[in-house]
Amino acid sequence: MAADFSFNRLPCHERAEVEITVEGQKIFALEGETVAAAVMHAGLRPTRTTPVSGSGRAPYCMMGVCFDCLMNIDGKPNTQACMTEVREGMVITVQTGAREVSGGDV
Amino acid sequence: MTESVRLNRGSSDVAVIGGGLVGLCIALGIQRQGQQVTVYDEGDIALRASRGNFGLVWVQGKGDNLPAYTRITRLSAKLWGGLAEDLTQHTGIDIQLQQRGGLFVCLSESELNSRQQMLEKMAAEHPQGYPFDVLDLQQLRELIPEIGPEVAGATWGPEDGHVNPLYLLRALVARFESLGGKLVNAGQVSNIIPKKSQFVLQSEQGEFSCNKVVLTAGLGNKSLGPMVGIDAPVFPNRGQVLIAERVKPFLNYPTGHVRQTVEGTVQCGDSKEDVGFDTGTTTDVLAQIAHRATTMFPLLKDVNLIRSWGALRIMTPDGNPVYQQSEQYPGAYLVTCHSGVTLAAAHAGPIADWIATGIADPAIDLEKFHGSRFQL
Amino acid sequence: MTGLQQFDLVIIGAGPAGMAAAREAGEAGLNTLILDEQPRAGGQIYRNIGRPILQDRSILGQDYYAGETLLAGLSHVLVTHVANATVWDVTTDNTLSFSVKGISRQVGFKKLLLATGAQERPVPFPGWTLPGVMTCGAAQILLKSSGLTPTGPLVIAGSGPLLLLIACQLIRAGVRIEAIVDTTPTSNYRRALKEIFGAIKGWRYLLKGARMLNEIRRSGVRYYKSATELTAESGSDGNLVSVSFRKGSVHHQLPCKTLLVHQGVIPNTQLGRALELEHQWDEVQQCWKPTLSENGCSSHPDIFIAGDSGGIGGAIVAEIQGRIVAKEIAYQLNQEGAAVIGIDQLRKTLDDQLAIRPFLDHLYRPLDMFLRPQGEIIVCRCEEVTAAEIRGLTQHGCVGPNQTKAFCRSGMGPCQGRQCGATVTALLADELGKSPEEVGYYHIRFPIKPVSLGELAGLSQSDA
Ligand SMILES: Cc1cc2nc3c(=O)[nH]c(=O)nc-3n(C[C@H](O)[C@H](O)[C@H](O)COP(=O)(O)OP(=O)(O)OC[C@H]3O[C@@H](n4cnc5c(N)ncnc54)[C@H](O)[C@@H]3O)c2cc1C
Ligand SMILES: Cc1cc2nc3c(=O)[nH]c(=O)nc-3n(C[C@H](O)[C@H](O)[C@H](O)COP(=O)(O)OP(=O)(O)OC[C@H]3O[C@@H](n4cnc5c(N)ncnc54)[C@H](O)[C@@H]3O)c2cc1C
Ligand code: FES
Repeated sequence: MAADFSFNRLPCHERAEVEITVEGQKIFALEGETVAAAVMHAGLRPTRTTPVSGSGRAPYCMMGVCFDCLMNIDGKPNTQACMTEVREGMVITVQTGAREVSGGDV
Repeated sequence: MTESVRLNRGSSDVAVIGGGLVGLCIALGIQRQGQQVTVYDEGDIALRASRGNFGLVWVQGKGDNLPAYTRITRLSAKLWGGLAEDLTQHTGIDIQLQQRGGLFVCLSESELNSRQQMLEKMAAEHPQGYPFDVLDLQQLRELIPEIGPEVAGATWGPEDGHVNPLYLLRALVARFESLGGKLVNAGQVSNIIPKKSQFVLQSEQGEFSCNKVVLTAGLGNKSLGPMVGIDAPVFPNRGQVLIAERVKPFLNYPTGHVRQTVEGTVQCGDSKEDVGFDTGTTTDVLAQIAHRATTMFPLLKDVNLIRSWGALRIMTPDGNPVYQQSEQYPGAYLVTCHSGVTLAAAHAGPIADWIATGIADPAIDLEKFHGSRFQL
Repeated sequence: MTGLQQFDLVIIGAGPAGMAAAREAGEAGLNTLILDEQPRAGGQIYRNIGRPILQDRSILGQDYYAGETLLAGLSHVLVTHVANATVWDVTTDNTLSFSVKGISRQVGFKKLLLATGAQERPVPFPGWTLPGVMTCGAAQILLKSSGLTPTGPLVIAGSGPLLLLIACQLIRAGVRIEAIVDTTPTSNYRRALKEIFGAIKGWRYLLKGARMLNEIRRSGVRYYKSATELTAESGSDGNLVSVSFRKGSVHHQLPCKTLLVHQGVIPNTQLGRALELEHQWDEVQQCWKPTLSENGCSSHPDIFIAGDSGGIGGAIVAEIQGRIVAKEIAYQLNQEGAAVIGIDQLRKTLDDQLAIRPFLDHLYRPLDMFLRPQGEIIVCRCEEVTAAEIRGLTQHGCVGPNQTKAFCRSGMGPCQGRQCGATVTALLADELGKSPEEVGYYHIRFPIKPVSLGELAGLSQSDA
């Protein structure tokens, strides 16, 4: 994660903080925000690489229609980060190419 | 080279009506013999089994009621490697053919037993040999470690395989055109008028003439056949198919219900439903398909589905192909089958040769596929 | 299916259209279920309105907080609102399947209202897939729900009222914008002027537009008008580093870490397409929309559409349409004359609100390079298919998008054609010399949102 990609937080109303792990690093996010918002705040870029050419991507639409925000969230690969709210203790990693199939805890 | 011919007549040696897998294979084979072929096909939206199928090149169990069908299926499986090579070499399109054997996974002992009995009966009808194997769960697990614990076992067919049916279609178009064949998306051919030594085809976009006409219009053959004196008792049978997102490779062999494509997507199918011309999907059938697939491979449970579709198989009363020349109008032929992927190599080879030259490969027992068998 | 919970009306989408319809339906005595995949009601304009996050209310402005009153509609006793509920399937036997946190449920309905809103128009141009390029709407969502503003240097490029709004909101938030690259073609101004009569009727919107332009001017942000040849460029790490464009004969290149793009919004028609409802091409708005009756009924008698998913009109129009449709549905279900009272007045207000549209639609018609891209520009983001490849397939018998889909996988990825569908139709129309209407659209299949195989299997009867 690079600080120079991080989105800035404006003065906000009181919100509880939740601790999550992004690419092995512990960060704080605001309760009620999406994983996509949290990783952009953290400056993560790219957030996935494509299964076709391996090129990097990051959240594009933030409303669930582009599928470029797919990440591995709590062991579940290819999860839409812009449609998933953060939870205390969540573990998030970059989605690299095609997903694993046996990794998910079903 | 695509033409949108408007009201001006075009003519060719051979007209093939229907640009699905069957039509394009036949057209390619005839064009290769040096005759000028034109394929007439519909537009973007049409009933097309060739765009909705499962992509199996499948031998095991085919022809359990007609040994000649078993023979042509195995012949086609054998010729498939050559077809794939020719297509890839000349078009640069990798159609992803793999023939490493295939599995039919059974969820219960009784399902496995009845399958074993069917294959044993078929083997008895083929004294030269009919290879297959029956695997219990233990043996199956050695082949596919990811197999689910509730599976009873599987039958193994060493000649089975799979292909990307859409790239196959694309490669067939490209290869056919590279040999000088013509593809005309002129909408439905609505009428065929047999003339003295010719046939005239009528469509929205004009009239076309040809010396020979081959009907490969899938379900459309039912109405086209009688125009050239051939009864085509084809009817639709719906199959619903699911496709899940790309995952890293986990399945080395196609199975009758689940296969992983080269891209990594997982295809699950398929139902057999008698619902007329409805190509829709229904939640309960899709749920059953998903249930079977996840029982076979529990690790698929958290994999996301991307698409589903319904497509219509082109069935005949006994499920076997029809290859037939019109007695009334000898230049007219009808070709239809319900396994057009598997039979692609036979169609592009010996069947096309028969139509082009009039000489039938004795290995094929052509008379067994004549439609007159339904008039008994 | 039997034994399912039944509702008089199920509404999909809790934006202004859905919320207004829910209130009206509850008051008319209809047992109503309203589903939205977002964790909180509000839709796009009023996203997160139940729990605004920014301390400074002036940033998002009065139009945002106006949405608070609509939330009341969801608390009527006859209205059930389920959040985080993604609808992925609707069948013609009036059954609907939705997923909440990984578990699917089914319900039955007498009438269905699609109020699924709009999405931003996909804007293919060189580099639009690079990390660092995102839509204006996406930046606004981050602002509304997380109080986040983009990393700089920041450039905003494109065209349309929403672009101006977001620029103003970011300026009010104190964000430094390096430049606004306006791609609105000069010729649009002339075309739009012909619609000035309607525009004057919709003077409130004109005034809003003028105020926004003024706010941007006063802020001192560099503003490039009539820009063309927009390109996003990447550095060695594959992320966005600069944006370039042409204005007149001058080529500009600006360093840039975030590029916000926008070319207007188009109806979200995915559900209606999957239901095979009738759609038509709108040449002025350059998008597909469902064919609707005056009261919002689609080509299926039990399925209604209101708000931006039926054609772009904006938030106020969405709210009014929601009310009209709910009244119509209540009338059909209750057969009480009383239920249609007030519908004429609503229609009149609707006409007034829509008066500005032709002006806006002509003014903000995207530059051709975004509608009909050429060459190696990626059109299908999921499967990485280029414009050249799709154009080329017309040489191999492809006369429609379903054939190109079969041949090159465009539209087969997880977004199911939401990002490439409109473009593929336009490219084929361009190559074949046909209208988009003749070329047609992808055949959209269920599930319209991803659902896992295990979740689907859970609905199978054999499981019970
Ligand atoms: C769900 C499903 C799964 C399947 N799985 C397999 C499998 O795994 N392996 C296998 O071998 N087979 C499989 N099949 C069968 C295989 O898809 C078909 O046998 C094959 O596609 C048939 O090809 P066709 O060309 O005869 O018919 P179609 O693909 O239906 O093509 C007919 C063509 O004729 C055109 N046409 C029709 N009427 C007219 C007219 N009047 N004028 C002009 N054109 C006309 C149509 O537009 C169409 O393009 C499956 C089928 C289904 C439905
Ligand atoms: C990103 C974006 C930002 C916008 N910002 C503004 C703005 O600031 N100001 C402005 O005037 N206009 C804005 N608009 C325009 C906006 O379309 C309208 O103003 C207004 O929100 C339309 O109202 P609606 O009720 O029709 O749809 P929306 O408000 O879009 O509501 C639709 C709702 O349907 C839900 N939904 C969609 N599909 C499903 C499904 N399958 N299952 C469950 N739920 C589903 C969505 O989650 C959403 O909440 C924006 C549009 C977009 C796309
Ligand atoms: S950012 Fe587009 S789907 Fe999540």
